[in-house]
Amino acid sequence: MTLYWEEEIETLPRVGLESIQLKRLQHLVARVYKTVAPYREKMDAAGVKPKDIQSLADLTKLPFTVKEDLRDNYPFGLFTVPMDQVVRVHASSGTTGKPTVVGYTKKDIKTWSGLMARALTCAGATSSDMIHNAYGYGLFTGGLGAHYGIERLGATVIPVSGGNTKRQITIMKDFKSSVLLATPSYALNLAETMNALGVDPKSLSLRVGVFGAEPWSENMRDEVERKLNIKAVDIYGLSEVIGPGVAMQCLEGEKGLHIFEDHFLPEIIDPDTGEVLPLGEKGELVFTTLTKEAFPIIRYRTKDITRLLYDECACGRTMVRMDKVTGRTDDMLIIRGVNVFPSQIEHVLMGTKGVEPHYQIVVNREGNMDTMSVEVEVSEDIFSDEIKTLENLNKRIQMDIKDMLGVSCRVKLVEPKSIQRSEGKAQRVIDNRNL
Amino acid sequence: MRVEQIAVFLENKSGRLAEITAKLAEENINIRALSVADTADFGILRLIVDDVEKAKTTLKSNGFTVSVTNVIAVEVADKTGGLAGVLKTIEEEKLNVEYMYAFVNQSGENAVLIFRFDDMDKAIEALQRTGYAILSGEEICSL
Repeated sequence: MTLYWEEEIETLPRVGLESIQLKRLQHLVARVYKTVAPYREKMDAAGVKPKDIQSLADLTKLPFTVKEDLRDNYPFGLFTVPMDQVVRVHASSGTTGKPTVVGYTKKDIKTWSGLMARALTCAGATSSDMIHNAYGYGLFTGGLGAHYGIERLGATVIPVSGGNTKRQITIMKDFKSSVLLATPSYALNLAETMNALGVDPKSLSLRVGVFGAEPWSENMRDEVERKLNIKAVDIYGLSEVIGPGVAMQCLEGEKGLHIFEDHFLPEIIDPDTGEVLPLGEKGELVFTTLTKEAFPIIRYRTKDITRLLYDECACGRTMVRMDKVTGRTDDMLIIRGVNVFPSQIEHVLMGTKGVEPHYQIVVNREGNMDTMSVEVEVSEDIFSDEIKTLENLNKRIQMDIKDMLGVSCRVKLVEPKSIQRSEGKAQRVIDNRNL
Repeated sequence: MRVEQIAVFLENKSGRLAEITAKLAEENINIRALSVADTADFGILRLIVDDVEKAKTTLKSNGFTVSVTNVIAVEVADKTGGLAGVLKTIEEEKLNVEYMYAFVNQSGENAVLIFRFDDMDKAIEALQRTGYAILSGEEICSL
């Protein structure tokens, strides 16, 4: 039987859902126009007023918001409420320039905890669970966002945060953690450390893992499920929208994550032209928040590539599903004119028997030519005392990548543990080109 | 009639071989024979040692990828044509050599040839039938 957190809204017929969305959208646009100068200026420049939003389709009249808008208004310029109503801020580490800062009112925290509790319920978690929260605590939304949701659910939260992997395993064993929250790359790090310590995952109480914060492939999911002996489900979120709990995979559906559409309105656009794409097509995911107070956002370009699935789901939830995010417009590499997503390479590697899920993509420019090499760790499963066996493996990976991407690359077999292990988000790409 | 050999994956970077031999020395493991096969990016170190289990555990716990494989050790007289004779037999028996290496034992009278064949059983049968002495692991270590 499907577990729901708020059954009525989660299974509401779409007509009802859309009428709630429109009412909330109109209210939001009016409020943002009145209170936030940068939004008002952009809307005026585009010649659109709040009264122009008469249907959900009118959303496309509104200008996009991008990460640079957050940086330009650093730190609190896009907040819609006075700071005395803001009870918390989070910030994402800007890899270039200033971080982006988001804020929450008391009600926002309540909304967010409720959505996280809803997401955890999708994964089958209940108040009886012991939830091991290995998302990083701090300015990153992952740790605290999940934390409050777990408490709201009434389960027990173990706030272990990231790092100190051996201790995490001891805690999992002794506290009988039943649900794991982590990045998928850290989950593999945990599995590997268990193996090194001689801890059999079957001896643990882990049942399900809720993984997110970085794109991961289906093959990696299989790997995590097999190595940790759990069911692995996908959670999606980003701090600019709220944090984790924007969308969540259910246990019943075969694919995709339900977007919590009563709070977030999704669109799929062509990343080059900004045009909204026809239903079901793959493109960049865009979100408008419908209920947030301190930091609402209109048509935020997430840079995540996915598509929306409107078919019925076995779990009975009526909210649209988004496909697993397979890449980002900004981690897309262009190698000799060909678009390459690290997740595609990961898919090939995870599909090759015996290959470990630790890899790194190194891109260089030699003369005017881009070169890509993929470093793969040699595990005992694929190691052989014969050169030809290893060379054949190397060639096969090269050919499979070429088949998948249409661009050739070099494969380098490297010693185990020579690729840095993830304690949070894995760094998969080293791009040495000065583009 | 087979000898256990340790194979270790080596990236082509300086100091790896020194590190492996130092770790084995710390554990008092004696290397009887070795060979390195290399390509542009990586190499495979193959070792015959006096304590295979200990060598394997030591190297694994130091983060190396290790496998134990079986090879055949053939003893021949250390004189001109010794190797040629064995190889002629191997050719006549249509055995396929994957790789080989050799060392001379301390007495200096005999040489030991280490072979990896694609069909090990057939190779043992053929070499014994044609009168070659095949050494066991203990025999190699006691040479």
